[in-house]
Amino acid sequence: MIVDSAPAFDVREYLRMQMMPHFLCPGCGHGIALRALLWAIHELGIEKDKLAVVSGIGCAGRLSAYIDANTFHVTHGRPLAYATGLALARPDLHVVVITGDGDCLAIGGNHLIHACRRNLKLTCLMLNNEVYGMTGGQVSPTTSEMRLTTTTPLGNSEPNFDACALAAAAGASFVGREVTHHVPKLKELIRAGLEHPGFAFIEVLTDCTEIFGRKNELGSSAEMVLRQKSDLRPSAYRDTVDTPFRSNDLPTGILTKTGRPEYGTAYRKAAAVQRANKAAKGAAGADKGKA
Amino acid sequence: MNAIDKGLAHKGSVRLISGNHACALGAVAAGCRFFAGYPITPSSEVAERLSRLLPEVDGVFVQMEDEIASIAAVIGASMGGVKALTATSGPGFSLKQENIGYAAGAEIPCVIVNVMRGGPSTGMPTRPAQGDIMQSRWGSHGDYPMIVLAPASVREIYDETIRAFELAETYRTPVILLYDQVIAQLTETVDLGDAKKPANVERRWASGPSEAYQPYAANEDGIPAMSRPGNGYRVHTTGLNHAENGFPTQDPEAVTRNLGRLLTKFDRNRGKIDSWETVACDDADVVIVTIGISARAATRAIEICRARGVRAGLFRPITLWPFPEKALLDATAKARAVLVPEMNAGQLSLEVERILGGKQVDAIHRFNGEPITPAEIADRVESLAKATMTKGKKK
Repeated sequence: MIVDSAPAFDVREYLRMQMMPHFLCPGCGHGIALRALLWAIHELGIEKDKLAVVSGIGCAGRLSAYIDANTFHVTHGRPLAYATGLALARPDLHVVVITGDGDCLAIGGNHLIHACRRNLKLTCLMLNNEVYGMTGGQVSPTTSEMRLTTTTPLGNSEPNFDACALAAAAGASFVGREVTHHVPKLKELIRAGLEHPGFAFIEVLTDCTEIFGRKNELGSSAEMVLRQKSDLRPSAYRDTVDTPFRSNDLPTGILTKTGRPEYGTAYRKAAAVQRANKAAKGAAGADKGKA
Repeated sequence: MNAIDKGLAHKGSVRLISGNHACALGAVAAGCRFFAGYPITPSSEVAERLSRLLPEVDGVFVQMEDEIASIAAVIGASMGGVKALTATSGPGFSLKQENIGYAAGAEIPCVIVNVMRGGPSTGMPTRPAQGDIMQSRWGSHGDYPMIVLAPASVREIYDETIRAFELAETYRTPVILLYDQVIAQLTETVDLGDAKKPANVERRWASGPSEAYQPYAANEDGIPAMSRPGNGYRVHTTGLNHAENGFPTQDPEAVTRNLGRLLTKFDRNRGKIDSWETVACDDADVVIVTIGISARAATRAIEICRARGVRAGLFRPITLWPFPEKALLDATAKARAVLVPEMNAGQLSLEVERILGGKQVDAIHRFNGEPITPAEIADRVESLAKATMTKGKKK
């Protein structure tokens, strides 16, 4: 029998309970993602004082306020850029970014690809609910084709981003995807991302039931979550309407993991070498002066 | 060792450097240990210098993917407790505005250098201008206070960079260092030996029990103590309007209280923020009011005027915003007229007219990338002096 010596996980220990009730809609998947993140943090024993959470604007961006840690709710699209400064200046902190599909892939797309390329130690959790929920349900870069939103009354005619493929192509050393239906699997993925010594990009497929689900007649929140079961969410929607959404399926789990050097460590190492060389040169120069 | 070498041995602090180089040196002297930036003419030398200097003092330099990321990373580093700087020019300054507003609203100290070049838009990247005087004060949306410093020489860039960090840390605010392309790339001999030893001002850190700590509860001077991540306070920072506890609020009373405190925090400390220089204002019939390279030209223009028997003086705000109104009123109290030469279509002159009320304010507005010459200023001062004298006699 395996005895788990870790104390039991009580999510309330990691939440600012004075902020409850939270503002998420009934059936929203973001709370599940938040719980999975805090569960992974608990399992890894990351101190709350050493945890910094940076979030952008949108429903996902609001989650940082509920976490009992050093939390920063910054400008739209920029949490990765703020987090880059914070993590470079304070390598002793564990920096987690919470962002949404609009925040991360539209207005903040440039920061994502460069964070992937730079490989600074950061854990980026992108909650993909296929829609701008906070502003009332407009089309996002991950909205499946033909879906109805308040700005695509004819059905979305733009292809959507495969965020994980994008991150991998940009050089991310850790890329993973999971759905909110599989909570323990999601926790395990986030845990692996937090442990990764470089930039970790994790896409969480969550459901916007109140706005996106209602508009597209996707049923109750329970029905929407159950539909995730195939792990291939957009393709799983195919049976609900006549039009096919996308041809490629979305795999889940750890999709990319490589061992590239971490940016901050590499920078500090190069700086230390430069300082040592300069000091040696200075000492040699001083000796020369004496002779 | 010959006499010259001997002399120079005591002058290790004398250097031939550009304004942008002086800015980089001043930043390091002030304790800046983080720079994030994006290449842009004519400010790139600040970044290039710091990419060499910061690793030597265990600091971090990073070139970001764009202008917005640069200011965001700087604010992020400062939220971590490290003094941070970015440098840019016109187009980049425009891109940074939203996040400058964030730093002002969330009260995160940082320093932003804006080297003014010709505008609007891409404008004239290698030509000087002074067209960002209003943008530096009002560039981001909504109501917020701002400190803008306007040095006029290489040496002053060094000193004012240090002061920018002191003000940013002391008053928990972004500070903008505003100078034009001429001063930025002008190379002058400066003696940094007599430079003010930087006090290495630290921001007011939170102390006491974390349960009682309120991140935006202010002391009598209006400046709240800031918490350093990792020290047990675990606060929330947001660009949303917030209450004393840092959490978002839309309660009109809480917003009035907290935003009201933010908007007046410099007013309570004007004695320590305002700075300016006056030249020969005591008996001046015409006082010239300007900044940067135009002020350098004005200084020479005063000599030309005085040689012609025209009594001219100069009022130069060094703290451009908040504008030192009282000092301007004092300096121009006896003057018959005021002349504002500036390299834009009319910005500083608006503020001077506003402050001086009915006094005659004339201006030279130049926006073609050519600096205003001492002779042009002297001629205008002379005709202004004569015109106002005639007017006086007719009465």
